[in-house]
Amino acid sequence: MATESTPNLRDEVERLLEESQWNSAARRLGEFWRAESSSAVAAFVVSRFEKLREKIPLTPFRLAILRSFTVEPIVPLLRAEAFCFGIDLSVHIGDFNAYAQEILDSESSLYRFAANAVILAVQTGDIAPDLWQDYTHLPLNGAKEAGQRVSESLEGYIGEFRRRSPAALIAHNLEQPTHPALGVLDAQRLASQAETVRQINRDLVIAASRTRGVYVMDYDALVARHGRLRWRDERKWLLARLPIAADKMIQLAREWMRFLVPLTGRTAKAVVVDLDNTLWGGVIGEDGMTGIKLGAEYPGAAYQAVQRAMLDLSHKGILLAICSKNNPDDAIEVLEKHPGMLLRPKNFAAMRISWNDKSQGLREIASELNIGIDSLAFLDDNPFEREQVRGTLPEVMVIDLPQDPFGYAAALRDHPAFERLALSAEDQQRTTFYAEQRERAQAEQKFQSKEDFYRFLEQEAEIATVTPATLARISQLTQKTNQFNVTTQRYSEQQISALVENPSSQVLSIRIRDRFGDHGLVGVSITRDEGETCEIDSFLLSCRVIGRTVETALLAHLADQAAARGRKRLLGWFLPTKKNAPAREFYAQHGFELAQQNADGSLWSLDLTKQRIAAPEWVKVVTVNGGND
Amino acid sequence: MTVFDQIRTIASDLFAIPPGKINAASSPENIESWDSVQHLNLVLALEEKFGLQLSLEEIEQMKTIGEVAKIVEGKLQTTAG
Repeated sequence: MATESTPNLRDEVERLLEESQWNSAARRLGEFWRAESSSAVAAFVVSRFEKLREKIPLTPFRLAILRSFTVEPIVPLLRAEAFCFGIDLSVHIGDFNAYAQEILDSESSLYRFAANAVILAVQTGDIAPDLWQDYTHLPLNGAKEAGQRVSESLEGYIGEFRRRSPAALIAHNLEQPTHPALGVLDAQRLASQAETVRQINRDLVIAASRTRGVYVMDYDALVARHGRLRWRDERKWLLARLPIAADKMIQLAREWMRFLVPLTGRTAKAVVVDLDNTLWGGVIGEDGMTGIKLGAEYPGAAYQAVQRAMLDLSHKGILLAICSKNNPDDAIEVLEKHPGMLLRPKNFAAMRISWNDKSQGLREIASELNIGIDSLAFLDDNPFEREQVRGTLPEVMVIDLPQDPFGYAAALRDHPAFERLALSAEDQQRTTFYAEQRERAQAEQKFQSKEDFYRFLEQEAEIATVTPATLARISQLTQKTNQFNVTTQRYSEQQISALVENPSSQVLSIRIRDRFGDHGLVGVSITRDEGETCEIDSFLLSCRVIGRTVETALLAHLADQAAARGRKRLLGWFLPTKKNAPAREFYAQHGFELAQQNADGSLWSLDLTKQRIAAPEWVKVVTVNGGND
Repeated sequence: MTVFDQIRTIASDLFAIPPGKINAASSPENIESWDSVQHLNLVLALEEKFGLQLSLEEIEQMKTIGEVAKIVEGKLQTTAG
């Protein structure tokens, strides 16, 4: 039911739109949608967000849905949800139950649509009717064979799709029947109905993992999480081939968002948390060490659950930071000594504990971690603080929390900005990288000159061609690097693979180690030969290693290689964005001359017949030629 | 807001026409965008908004906004009583 405030929010959105207050209108629309995420208001929310195109930053994204059931009423919900995450979705729906034909026909509307991502939503009952409703009619061993046939078709569709499209593919797995045909007897058998479906789902994971850019969506777990009996609506299925209850459609839309948000790159790199009543119950300044609620039992368990969720996020490479209004000594004492704390100071990459304004603290944290404000998520129990951050820093992803602290951990875990579709080795070690970075910063202060510091660092750069092990990380870097990035070209894994296959292009990665530790794979260059020139298509470096001269080492290597291949000129565009100022002087600083300037950016040129780039003596360069990683 | 007004708001959003142009006699005959997909959307929106379940017979009877309101009001009274 609508709350009292929603009609007012609706009017307020209209008023703000009329007054051209675009950011406030978007904020209120988001609030309206969160208050009532239903079919009744989806059309309103979508149509008003459409008016905000060009006025607020929105990432366009093309999504095709191949399906064996009616998804049309879910699309407005999905688009409303996507708009609230800054994504402007164009959706193409495949013909009813025609997913196989559309995948197999290279001329189909699916491929003409040129989607960024495709969802393959097929129900167990549609792809495997013999396993779903005719199970008891199957002969001995019939279930296993039927299951194998389904696994083979799904594997086939995935392979055929990938041959025709570079788009990401999100494949639903198959849901279990609500009532196994044999009742409790089913669980007594190894070759049961349930087990057959499980085996198909296992085979699907294997098929997906063998094909780049294919992801499995655990539809069965989604249905189970919300209750099988409440999920399905048999009457709607018979009436309109819509198998999902009206109030559960939003849950499917949200599950899809958990894939679409990471695919569009609108993810959070760090979560910034409040302390009092967020990481523990109570106020440390008033309740003291023994008074705050934090432990394995009620009520402190709610806060341990939040901390556990945060630890899980940090294992996915998401940085943790604190922004709270406390006396620093009180807060640090809890962090270091409280027996109920799962998180300790070493788990946090940055801390701002003071009485200052939170938006100030968030800005400082972003700058200390060298990430954009729009990469921060903010977790605070206080609605006032959340509202203030929304108002002053609209780029920050503010996480809404329910009244009950026992719902906090789920709110954190459910937020799509923390989803990752693949994990690189770098992701899992990120917190360590930041700890090493702090040691480096302390060491740097002891040196008189930068050169002395560079020598002390003993940096080793490993420049390598692409290997299967580094492909995901290379693509990830092109997607995520905003600051030291000359052209900000984004590449999927499939696109990087295609570049590697192309004999006239070169993709290199750079990995840096120094006396404090391993930075991991932190830079990428992509170059293309054409006639006498070699053009730098991409050159980017993670912010962790900016200002350590390793960019010069990589550029020098590129120039040498291009000359060795007989190229006479090295060209490179600098295409300015809001964020890539750190790379603006890159070409000029390395002796390139300005060759051209237009509205998009500037083109720089280096004459390889006369000039080379001197590699810094304090960076030891090791080159590795693919395949042996 | 009365039930009729709430239904009018939903219909106005779904069919993308101003609420003022919707009355009890509005039907798929005189609202071009009221097609079978939007009819399904209307059913789903009503079920969610008013927390009720519409039977196949009721869904078929919903041929004008007036009939929609009558069916919804009738169901709300039975659940309330």
